[in-house]
Amino acid sequence: MRIALFVTCLADAVFPDVGRATVTLLERLGHEAVFPPTQTCCGQMHVNTGYQREAVPLVRHHVEAFEPYDVVVAPSGSCVGSVRHQHAMVARGAGDEALAGRATAVAARTYELSELLVDVLGVEDVGAYFPHRVTYHPTCHSLRMLRVDDKPLRLLRQVRGMTLLELPDADQCCGFGGTFALKNADTSTAMLADKMRNVVASGAEVATAGDSSCLMHIGGGLSRLRTGTRTLHLAEILAATA
Amino acid sequence: MGHLRGEQSFPDAARGALADSQLRRNLGHATTTIRGKRAAVVAECDDWEELRLAGEALKSSTMARLDQHLVELEERVTARGGVVHWARDAHEANAIVTRLVRETGETEVVKVKSMATQEIGLNDALAEAGITAQETDLAELIVQLGGDLGSHILVPAIHRNRAEIREIFLREMPGVDPELTAEPRRLAEAARLYLRERFLRAKVAISGANFGVAESGTLLVVESEGNGRMCLTLPETLITVMGIEKVVPTWQDLEVFLQLLPRSSTGERMNPYTSAWTGVTPGDGPQAFHLVLLDNGRTATLADEVGRAALHCIKCSACLNVCPVYERAGGHAYGSVYPGPIGAVLSPQLTGVEDNASLPYASSLCGACFDACPVRIDIPSLLVRLRAQHVDANRGGVPSPEAAAMAAASWVMADHRRFAAAETASRLGRLLGRSTGRIGSLPPPLDAWTGSRDLPRPPAESFRQWWARERGQGRARERGQS
Ligand code: SF4
Repeated sequence: MRIALFVTCLADAVFPDVGRATVTLLERLGHEAVFPPTQTCCGQMHVNTGYQREAVPLVRHHVEAFEPYDVVVAPSGSCVGSVRHQHAMVARGAGDEALAGRATAVAARTYELSELLVDVLGVEDVGAYFPHRVTYHPTCHSLRMLRVDDKPLRLLRQVRGMTLLELPDADQCCGFGGTFALKNADTSTAMLADKMRNVVASGAEVATAGDSSCLMHIGGGLSRLRTGTRTLHLAEILAATA
Repeated sequence: MGHLRGEQSFPDAARGALADSQLRRNLGHATTTIRGKRAAVVAECDDWEELRLAGEALKSSTMARLDQHLVELEERVTARGGVVHWARDAHEANAIVTRLVRETGETEVVKVKSMATQEIGLNDALAEAGITAQETDLAELIVQLGGDLGSHILVPAIHRNRAEIREIFLREMPGVDPELTAEPRRLAEAARLYLRERFLRAKVAISGANFGVAESGTLLVVESEGNGRMCLTLPETLITVMGIEKVVPTWQDLEVFLQLLPRSSTGERMNPYTSAWTGVTPGDGPQAFHLVLLDNGRTATLADEVGRAALHCIKCSACLNVCPVYERAGGHAYGSVYPGPIGAVLSPQLTGVEDNASLPYASSLCGACFDACPVRIDIPSLLVRLRAQHVDANRGGVPSPEAAAMAAASWVMADHRRFAAAETASRLGRLLGRSTGRIGSLPPPLDAWTGSRDLPRPPAESFRQWWARERGQGRARERGQS
């Protein structure tokens, strides 16, 4: 299958390994990954901070970049959530019904990585090998906006050599929330502290999730505390082999 | 007047609460317990999602014809010997209630726990008129005696622990046993003794209402302790203040709400006390009944076809108990009698966004509130909408640094060439984390991030550069030929 990669602006600029891992994984499974070069950002930060008007050009740009493809995948629950739940709304808010219709069509073909693998490609065993103790944090938007359920866990359970450890209070928000982390830095930090305590209590060497943004938050906290626990995106674990 | 707006912004008010480790322990403990109870009783219902959908649908259709239902309610209440008053705002409502109490010649009233009367600041207004209002709900009593504000819709004294309650009772309850311990049983007993006297001498009671049934003119209060029922039955005069959104068209509608409310609220299958009264009944219960129908910003909220969903709220407080922000910052940080996620959307809508501009941002948009809400209010979407209204209201004039940054980011990201150039420029950030591979401090406003977290050092090569190098047009053709 020919699959368009929406790498997301964060992975492109800060976590290119996540994009590379997604490509490696798709190619290993026998699919063709393409990178629509005009893509930039889904505009989620603008929408969630109240700048819907500023998000309109980004929505239009995103629709134009991905319209030619039948299947689009992003290694980010929150960006797919934005495409699916916000793009048409933003277009409609700007009075552009035509754009809203096009955005809805693109959204219907856009999948988060675990959705693509399990629902579209029908695989749970991706042939990965990762001999480490891992715990999984189900990020809020994957969990509640996309309802990916246990798809990431089903994929992780098939990884050879890996010990999957339970994360206490897993479904509690890590406190990132985009600009929330800046606007309410104290509350965000208090939420992060509890998430880190639970990650450490799980006994894992690696905390994983389907969103680079939440991992940047959790990883940034763990690095400050020198806990030794690392964060890795789900795609990086699934792409790992012996 | 009223208790809907805070003096401090949410982040400022939260800072104090976050620094209070006792408060955080109390809140964390209480919300964890009630979350567990709620989850267990919700799991028992295999039709829970259908019930939620039914609740949502009933609320939407009722709001669409609220005027008709209210007129019907007024007719039925009047026909059964009650008197209906309409209050546009807190000031009018307080004036009506004060006048009604004055007309009885009494200077003391007992109160059933009610959010509407707190919203309008009724106790303060009565005090100004020389009338003492005695709260009879245990948690509300603790807050009242402590000279405090409620911190939770259902459990206003959630932020207090037993030792603190004991101290408040010893200090504020005349004639309390000086040997009082902090045992819950002993504390409840002290409150009961204190309240019994007041129930017996009260001639006037003031309540709110959880529901008002239009077809029969019946008002309902649900509660756990039974103290409300004492107020609703013993005094001669009963005055009920009800927000206009609390009306339900028929008795049958209650079947849905009386299942949704207790499970979501206290984690019980059924609330222990449900009191319903219709006008006055000669020889039984209060012989004078007044219903004050309160608007106070509700009609304006109703005019917003998306925002009006906030009025569907049945004040169960489930969204507070699951909210990670509420759990850390506590109810006082919201500066309103309606704290937590629902407060963050309701208070700004009732008073105008600019009056509570920081509240819509007091959420990480994690979505736990929507999942918990028994009437499926999409609180995260309402928050995002209010943020947009706030931003739009501040357009024109000199843009704030944030607005300028957002506009610049939009410009850069609307074109991939500009975006790629910005990525290259940001790689200058590599200079910062050279020795450690991470960035530990940044200047304002980004120090809000690096205060507690490191930032990863920008990579040497962006994904798009890697792609162009490895899988780009030229390469792909090359590979295709080989
Ligand atoms: S918004 Fe929903 S969950 Fe929150 S108090 Fe109201 S009814 Fe309950």
